[in-house]
Amino acid sequence: MSAILSVDHVGVRFGGLVAIADLHFDVREGEIVSLIGPNGAGKTTAFNVMTGFLKPSQGEVRFRGTSLKGLAPHAITRLGLARTFQRTSVFPDDTVFDNVMIGLHQVGGRLGRAPVLDALLGRAGAGERQLRARAAALLDWVGLSGRMHEKAGALAYGEQRLVGVALALATEPAMLLLDEPVSGMNASETRVFVRLIRQVRERGITILLVEHDMPMVMEVSDRIVVLNYGRLIAEGPPDRIRNDPAVIEAYLGQGSSARQAAKSAHGSAREPVHA
Amino acid sequence: MTRLLPLALLAGLVALPLALGANPYLLNALIVTGILTIGAMSLNLLLGFTGQLSLGHIAFFGIGAYVSALTSLGFDVELGFGLRAVHEPWPPVVGFLLATVAAGACGYLIGRLSFRVRGAYFVIVTISFAEVVRLVALNWVELTQGPLALTNIPAFTLGLPGLGFWTLKSKLQNYYLVLAVGTLCYLLIARLVHSRFGRAMRGLKENESLALSVGINATRTLTVAAVISAAMAGAAGSLYAHYLRIIDPDVFLFATTVTMVIMVVAGGKGTLMGPVVGGLIFGLLPVALRPVMAPEAQWIVYGLVLIVILFVLPRGIVPGMAARLGRRPARSAPVLEASPAVPQ
Repeated sequence: MSAILSVDHVGVRFGGLVAIADLHFDVREGEIVSLIGPNGAGKTTAFNVMTGFLKPSQGEVRFRGTSLKGLAPHAITRLGLARTFQRTSVFPDDTVFDNVMIGLHQVGGRLGRAPVLDALLGRAGAGERQLRARAAALLDWVGLSGRMHEKAGALAYGEQRLVGVALALATEPAMLLLDEPVSGMNASETRVFVRLIRQVRERGITILLVEHDMPMVMEVSDRIVVLNYGRLIAEGPPDRIRNDPAVIEAYLGQGSSARQAAKSAHGSAREPVHA
Repeated sequence: MTRLLPLALLAGLVALPLALGANPYLLNALIVTGILTIGAMSLNLLLGFTGQLSLGHIAFFGIGAYVSALTSLGFDVELGFGLRAVHEPWPPVVGFLLATVAAGACGYLIGRLSFRVRGAYFVIVTISFAEVVRLVALNWVELTQGPLALTNIPAFTLGLPGLGFWTLKSKLQNYYLVLAVGTLCYLLIARLVHSRFGRAMRGLKENESLALSVGINATRTLTVAAVISAAMAGAAGSLYAHYLRIIDPDVFLFATTVTMVIMVVAGGKGTLMGPVVGGLIFGLLPVALRPVMAPEAQWIVYGLVLIVILFVLPRGIVPGMAARLGRRPARSAPVLEASPAVPQ
């Protein structure tokens, strides 16, 4: 399979601080890849570069052969690269259903050619109905039908994560970047989420995941990329990463919570760790 | 319920002159209030639905007033380099359309200029723009007559070929004209807010990063909102010019922008009815107070009423009353009050 996303020698510096020194890896079409590393390793920074929220100081990101250099976040989304956010994953004051309706912005744009004019003239009827049906189907698919009419900001943390995923899927992406999607979820919610991720992949959507929950990462990933201090220190399938001395070193050098993470990465403890 | 309230209000406003008789003082107050309320509704589109504060909103209103007045009066201006601009008078209805277009175009320029950075920059750009426009109106005497004011502006003439024409000179006619334009603006905003475009505005206001990540173009969405908002303010300005039939650079007074902001905030920003309710209260309050106290004291009461409203109903009258009546709160309501207990 060919590479759908190539991170080509990307570096990010904030003044004198090096957030990412030199990051270089590919994600192939249909893969589930995880990006892991201790706190401050540069994972979220890497996500922000891939989705246009940050401009890299050097290097570039290519998505399906197109350079993302200089593209605004909304333009990158239109190319088919969607993301979720670590903390604020919903439009808090709207209902869950309206959240997804906002997420269907692009699909809505395809249905009506002149959206503002359509709205003013009241021509949006048929398109709106289609959008509503789609939103309902999407919510059903991620298992939030029962919460449809509640304010998104009032949902439990784990459910807000699901809304975030529904929003990203609403853009009909070819690839999905998930930023710590199971943080704040309990063990059973995490299991449900892993199943959801697999179903997303079965729809032909490539997935890149940043996550601290090691058992979950080991279970779901085809391949893992490990970052530390803004550098790539290891790359490979879960079994190899689990026993990689550089990876163990990186986590053990980070204090007790990270030590625990490394331990659970070996499969001795099965509870999620939020380092 | 939410549909019934505006309809009841509209019916009340239609019937009001019949109940009052043709009291010219009261009608005048109602007309000016109505025009300002249209301005407040246009401001609410930006301030309430996108969260961007335009503190120079009166510029669009004033531009509408001047464009409309000059279109219907005609002008003959030396442009320098031996160029002259001569314009023969056109009907006020054309002036109204041109006022809307011109104000909208200014909204586009301001939007393109400031929405890349937004927030405080937009506030500053709009204030400066209003001041520049005011100075032009004051100093380009050949075109605007400066402080001498443009006078003898013709009243609106409406008509259908074959049915005859009406010149709207009486207060009663102007009252219904303002009411009709106001209702139209209300319906347009209601349409917009419940469309895909309205959802994009809400998304940007609630969580900008997330809105961008679902493919919403922030600059474009906000610019379109600014264009529509400015065009509506321009339309209100045109109504003002052809009703008063005299305008001077005082239409650009900063205090009028502040009045509109107060109407929006007190009524409830980000709601459809908010600016209407706020506009009626703060437009008609001086009328109610006039028989009982001196003008200076009126302004104190005005301020006290605002403080009391914001103290008792911090989100504004409309969302506040909605919450008190136990209905589902309006869209812009903060999450805190709306949160039911969430079972884990």
